[in-house]
Amino acid sequence: MNAIQVENISKRYFIDHQKKNGGPSGLKESLVTGIQSLFGSKPKESTRSEKEEFWALKDVSFDVAQGDRIGIVGHNGAGKSTMLKVLSRITEPTTGRVTVRGRIASLLEVGTGFHQELTGRENIFLNGAILGMKQAEIKQHFDEIVSFAGIEKFLDTPVKRYSSGMFVRLGFAIAAHLEPEILIIDEVLAVGDAEFQRKCLGKMKDVSDSGRTILFVSHNLTAVQSLCNRAVFMNRGQMVAVGETGQIITDYMSKINQTSLIREWLTPEQAPGNDQVRIRKIELVPQFEVGQTRIDVRTPVKLRFEFWNFVKNAKLNLSMHFNSMTGETIFNLASPQIDANPGLITGEVELPGNFLNDGTYTITMMIVKDAATVLYHLQESVMFEIDDYRGGVEWYGKWPGSVRPYFPFTIEQSEEVNV
Amino acid sequence: MTQETIIEHGRSQKNYWAEFWKSTELFWILAKRDITVRYKQTALGVVWSVVRPILTSAILFFAFGKVAGLPFEEGVPPKLATFAGVLIWQFFANSLSQVSHSIVGNSNLVSKVYFPRLILPTSSVMVGFVDFLVGFVLVIPMYLYYFFKQGFLPSWQLIFIPVFLAMAYLAAFGFGLLLSVMNVRYRDFAQLTPFIIQFGFYACPVAYSPINIENESWYPLYNLNPIVGIIDGFRWTLMGGHAPFRWESFIPSVIIILIVVFSSVAFFRKRENSFVDYI
Repeated sequence: MNAIQVENISKRYFIDHQKKNGGPSGLKESLVTGIQSLFGSKPKESTRSEKEEFWALKDVSFDVAQGDRIGIVGHNGAGKSTMLKVLSRITEPTTGRVTVRGRIASLLEVGTGFHQELTGRENIFLNGAILGMKQAEIKQHFDEIVSFAGIEKFLDTPVKRYSSGMFVRLGFAIAAHLEPEILIIDEVLAVGDAEFQRKCLGKMKDVSDSGRTILFVSHNLTAVQSLCNRAVFMNRGQMVAVGETGQIITDYMSKINQTSLIREWLTPEQAPGNDQVRIRKIELVPQFEVGQTRIDVRTPVKLRFEFWNFVKNAKLNLSMHFNSMTGETIFNLASPQIDANPGLITGEVELPGNFLNDGTYTITMMIVKDAATVLYHLQESVMFEIDDYRGGVEWYGKWPGSVRPYFPFTIEQSEEVNV
Repeated sequence: MTQETIIEHGRSQKNYWAEFWKSTELFWILAKRDITVRYKQTALGVVWSVVRPILTSAILFFAFGKVAGLPFEEGVPPKLATFAGVLIWQFFANSLSQVSHSIVGNSNLVSKVYFPRLILPTSSVMVGFVDFLVGFVLVIPMYLYYFFKQGFLPSWQLIFIPVFLAMAYLAAFGFGLLLSVMNVRYRDFAQLTPFIIQFGFYACPVAYSPINIENESWYPLYNLNPIVGIIDGFRWTLMGGHAPFRWESFIPSVIIILIVVFSSVAFFRKRENSFVDYI
């Protein structure tokens, strides 16, 4: 028996294009046309808005069997979120029909309906009720929720005083204790720190092992792969393929472009800088292995830069600060000096693989004259994320430190004693 | 047997009302949220629910009773009559603005979770109701004052208070529901609501008695305003028989409220599935 049966679902939106004076389509417009027609004059062409059809979903059909864990993958704008909204009855389809068998709960956001002024305790009950839990169920799981979120001390503090991490943890903890037959999850793992994400994934695996049906949308392909047994690949509102997860993910990866981590300004007028130098381009080019789509700790990364120089006979060099998310500079890379004349200056540097630890990093770029004066500096010029990768089984927890070198180790049992 | 849900365009869920009644817990918890949040970070807290009607009645009594000198019926304590009008009017007005704002104000819920949307407008009235109850307590010292002053006593009419409360609730709910749906599409209605309330304050017998206008030729038209019947009736329940029961405003009020409630619920049901596309 299928838990969910999706038959030819389409969803149409209208996009308003104002022909004249780009103001929002409002009551005024309707009133103006209304009054004009009252006085017998035809509504003027110019006040009419032109509507363009847009199909967010087009003829999508698939079945989800009882106990399936389905991942939905696709680009931004592929219709994944619209699909989930239709399935969770937030919006209705334009045509087609879905049959759902069983109690359904959807988790499109962490902490839906949290009220800033209410305490953690009050919000647990509020959010639980919004997600469809009975008060008795919430009471039964209350202690588990609190300890999973790790907010024991702040139970009676208004959530507006929570750190964003606590907020997200509490939101997920409540949702994780939902007990529906069908669970719909959208990208919620995209928030929180890596350790908490792992905890969430573990919890979701527990849920799926208990035989419940899960629909999961995520950009995190590793998560989809480890959690789902089947996957749906969507593109531009249409379903491209449905099948076994491994197969679908390979398909998907062959279709998506290389991750582009690039900032580029086409003309000096738009570019950041001053009358001495202006930055034209900063690009991060990961050196992926076959089939890889995201930077992980093994991936070497090339950093290319271009800038315009407007100063004659200047001795210039470029300096880059690599900063962690907490804002500390982990290291600085400086280029050799060049005798520059007005024109474009380009260069690149390569960061080897097995160097930075997993995490999110930003680069501050500085252009230096005569090894003494900073002509211009651009903070957070690019931001990039390095995923975790563990080849062996050295350690399961969070890998500490800012760098993660891979130095040859030897370890052996040099002597064995019988006990 | 697991429940089966069919999602289709324009399909009214057959078990919509069953689902609505099953959501009573959500109803109460949303009401509790609104009530708890209402006076967070205020020093006076719930005292505001008492202060507002007292001050409003005082200034109205001054303007209409003293300056304009508009009389109430024979034997009706004017301060009490003004206070009664203010209480029921504020209940109606607060509820109306809460209901009309309920969908847009909870757009974070509407766009992320499914539940019968009617829960939002129905539960949003509870804040105004609590305000009303708190304010209503003041009627007791006023009764004592008028008893010692002129031997005034309330009577059996008191048992009809719930009838007029229910009418005020339904009127606010019906009109508010229309506004809440329109507000999703056109935020102009959020601008309009405070204006309607301000306008209605003078158009309804909040601070005066219809005795001043009942001989006018347009008096039947005046009674087509359903709120007139509610205020007249509520005042009648508190006046121990000194204020007349005005059938001429009561009957139109009941009829209009019923029409508005039924048509606005139908309108709401028709539109609720597409709220998220416009919000």
